[in-house]
Amino acid sequence: MLDISEIKTIEHDVLIVGAGGAGLSAAIEASGRGMSTGIVMKSLLGKAHTVMAEGGMAAALGNVDERDHWKIHFRDTMRGGKFLNDWRMAELHAKLAPERVLLLEEWGAVFDRTKKGLINQRNFGGHRYPRLAHVGDRTGLEMIRTLQDHGIHQGIETYMECTALDILKNEKGEVCGVVCMWRETGTFIIFKAKSIILATGGGGRAWDVTANSWEYTGDGYALAYEAGAELMDLEFNQFHPTGMMWPLSVKGILVTESVRGEGGILLNSEGTRFMFNYIPDRFRSETADTQEEAARWLAGDPKARRPPELLTRDVVARAINAEVKAGRGSKHGGAYLNIATERSAEDIKKKLPSMYHQFKVLAELDITKEAMEVGPTCHYFMGGIRVDADTTMSSVPGLFACGECAAGMHGANRLGGNSLSDLLVFGYLAGKNASEFAKSKSGHSKIDEEQASKIIRNATNILNREAGANPYLLHEQLEQNMQVNVGIIRVKEELETGIERLEKLKEDYKTVKAKGSSQFNPGWHEALGLRNLLITAEAVARAAILREESRGAHTRSDFPDELKEWLNFNIISRKGLDGNMELVKVKRPVPNPELVRIAESTIEDLENEIVEERKQTNT
Amino acid sequence: MATRKFQIYRGDNEKGEMVNFETEVMEGMVVLDVIHKIQAEQANDLAIRWNCKAGKCGSCSMEINGKPKLSCMTRMNEYKPDETTTITPMKTFPVIKDLVCDVSWNYTQNKRIKPVKLAPESKTEKGYVMYQKDVDRAQEFRKCIECYLCQNVCHVLRDHDKKDSFVGPRFMIRVASLEMHPLDIEDRIPELKNDFGSGLCNITKCCTDVCPEHIHITDNGIIPLKERVIDRFYDPVTILGRKIFGVRKKKLPPLNP
Repeated sequence: MLDISEIKTIEHDVLIVGAGGAGLSAAIEASGRGMSTGIVMKSLLGKAHTVMAEGGMAAALGNVDERDHWKIHFRDTMRGGKFLNDWRMAELHAKLAPERVLLLEEWGAVFDRTKKGLINQRNFGGHRYPRLAHVGDRTGLEMIRTLQDHGIHQGIETYMECTALDILKNEKGEVCGVVCMWRETGTFIIFKAKSIILATGGGGRAWDVTANSWEYTGDGYALAYEAGAELMDLEFNQFHPTGMMWPLSVKGILVTESVRGEGGILLNSEGTRFMFNYIPDRFRSETADTQEEAARWLAGDPKARRPPELLTRDVVARAINAEVKAGRGSKHGGAYLNIATERSAEDIKKKLPSMYHQFKVLAELDITKEAMEVGPTCHYFMGGIRVDADTTMSSVPGLFACGECAAGMHGANRLGGNSLSDLLVFGYLAGKNASEFAKSKSGHSKIDEEQASKIIRNATNILNREAGANPYLLHEQLEQNMQVNVGIIRVKEELETGIERLEKLKEDYKTVKAKGSSQFNPGWHEALGLRNLLITAEAVARAAILREESRGAHTRSDFPDELKEWLNFNIISRKGLDGNMELVKVKRPVPNPELVRIAESTIEDLENEIVEERKQTNT
Repeated sequence: MATRKFQIYRGDNEKGEMVNFETEVMEGMVVLDVIHKIQAEQANDLAIRWNCKAGKCGSCSMEINGKPKLSCMTRMNEYKPDETTTITPMKTFPVIKDLVCDVSWNYTQNKRIKPVKLAPESKTEKGYVMYQKDVDRAQEFRKCIECYLCQNVCHVLRDHDKKDSFVGPRFMIRVASLEMHPLDIEDRIPELKNDFGSGLCNITKCCTDVCPEHIHITDNGIIPLKERVIDRFYDPVTILGRKIFGVRKKKLPPLNP
């Protein structure tokens, strides 16, 4: 029998799992409120997935186009999310994003500038105005480095290369700690905490073609699920329209939307600019319908409408998919993305330096001269842990979630640029509210030794088994299954096959075996992450089969239309009493009528309203 | 597709050996792909750090045929098909296991640097005012992905192991990014000389050569910082000038262009 008293224990008021933009924002806020704050991360500090964000962070600063306003940002976000977004979260996000971006500048971020010396903003898919504060095409790096360099002076304890295994709860059902494992040594550690914030990102490693790093194994979803929290909207997985296609070894690596924001066009094998043929009715009045108008927009004509390449990601990804299916795909089964014909070589190198570098090195292709080959790649989870909009707390007392691992903010489809601002806004709110929760507790709960030893045994069994399944091969089978059966375009029969195979994989996982010792053993780490990925994948597949409509990023070929009645429901998955996953269709709360009015206004009415409002406040 | 030969370091800081592997290499593969393939098929517990696989996070630094590189941005077609590729961990830091080093020393250096402090008079209700030409230089240094390859090749750290007296190129340019921030009003010149060891760099530019972000570490970062130290502590004219006229305040960008 394991002696838990021999395992080292560290106490914090607030413990954060994950050190990307959301986790670091939360940690800075909690620490600023006088909380003893700890942050555990699977990688080294500053390496989290946030560094891969390229385009920028959306905030209605109005530095480039003064007409911008939180209401328009909010309206864009709701329309992009196909109205399935949590109304209050989208409101909070649009209202708070500008001040959080300015705070980042205060902490040392050096954004690209406008001629007037302010933070520059760029165009992006689904955003009415140039709205993305950015630094070339490495905005995520700027964000994480700024938060990191600011955070290390705030008295936050960082625990690097430390994997969170599962959450501990007290007899009242509140969270009270996390059992973790040091990757370097394979030894265990227990963190006691009065509140816990999950900021673990998404689960894109469940697919074969993905823009996500190894870290994206859905840890937050699985930890929350095992702790009794609810997951919501997991059927909405964003496939970014432009991942690299060739060579095979780089397939899926992200090509930033900024390429299209800066004027890049999409062509099929016949040289046709096909996006003009895929403009949905909802966006028709706000999208250019001729190449001539699109060109005027790029030249800066404020009256011209946006090119169709900047439609929302779900629309563009499906369009590329359809072109390939119709036999008009590029050489390696995608589409051509050309910026060389739209911008000077100098502009491209200045605005998209890391894309230039990425293609030059990995594909031996000069994007200032040639077209890139791109195709959809798994990118982002709109769904996640179900939280309260204002407090970010899940249904488990003391368990909070923010960033990609939380659900609600982005509805059925996320707009580019809304993720980085989401991290800042909801990271801050999570830090604030988790601190308040921790303050209401007089002390730490006693650790239930049985819970802790069970978690540790689950982990060590993988090493101690005589023989069993290879975790790498299981992972590969999972990726293939999700890619084929739970991909961009979904249909009942395939989803059923997908679930069947998942059940088989779950069985195989029970005998998974990692060879070697516990010291920095990637095979073991892979196996531990696989448990989380399997829970995530199952929730995705089961929710996808339940939602019998196509909305945003969730496309069912057997139910091709967006259905009004489905707008009233979210799909929730949770661990049932029998230990199996149960899914429930729950009615969405009634939104604030003022928010509905704003989101459903015509753009002209809303813009006039804002002009009038500003006149009033100026007089 | 062809079978290629590799020698990979396996072991820790005390003992280890070069282990031979053979695996199929396909068109377009980078060294990190090869390691992953070997890991999945032949050596499940082969330790390596990586994250983004796109040259953006700086996790997969190692030495390939003795050259410090990011393995995710090093294509196999850089090497001859019949040659054996050797893969070893960074030499300057203690090996934890296989290709993974203990780089924690770097994190303690960063903590020693005073954080940014912006001039309050440049703040408006629309944020701080500074122009693109003012931020170009700081932005160059801020491209750093903290791969620590520059730290790895720096003679002061690698050959002379003076980690107690020199912060290394990475943190010299971190200081440079702050000192050359157009609105920063903190003074880091005394500690640059006294604590960070700016005098120890002898400008061989090896750090610049290995930087995957092509930052001009020496020319644009370290040399100007050395000049600031000299101005402050060794140049009699500027020392006298400061005695008479006092410390000159940083000239801030105008609030209106």
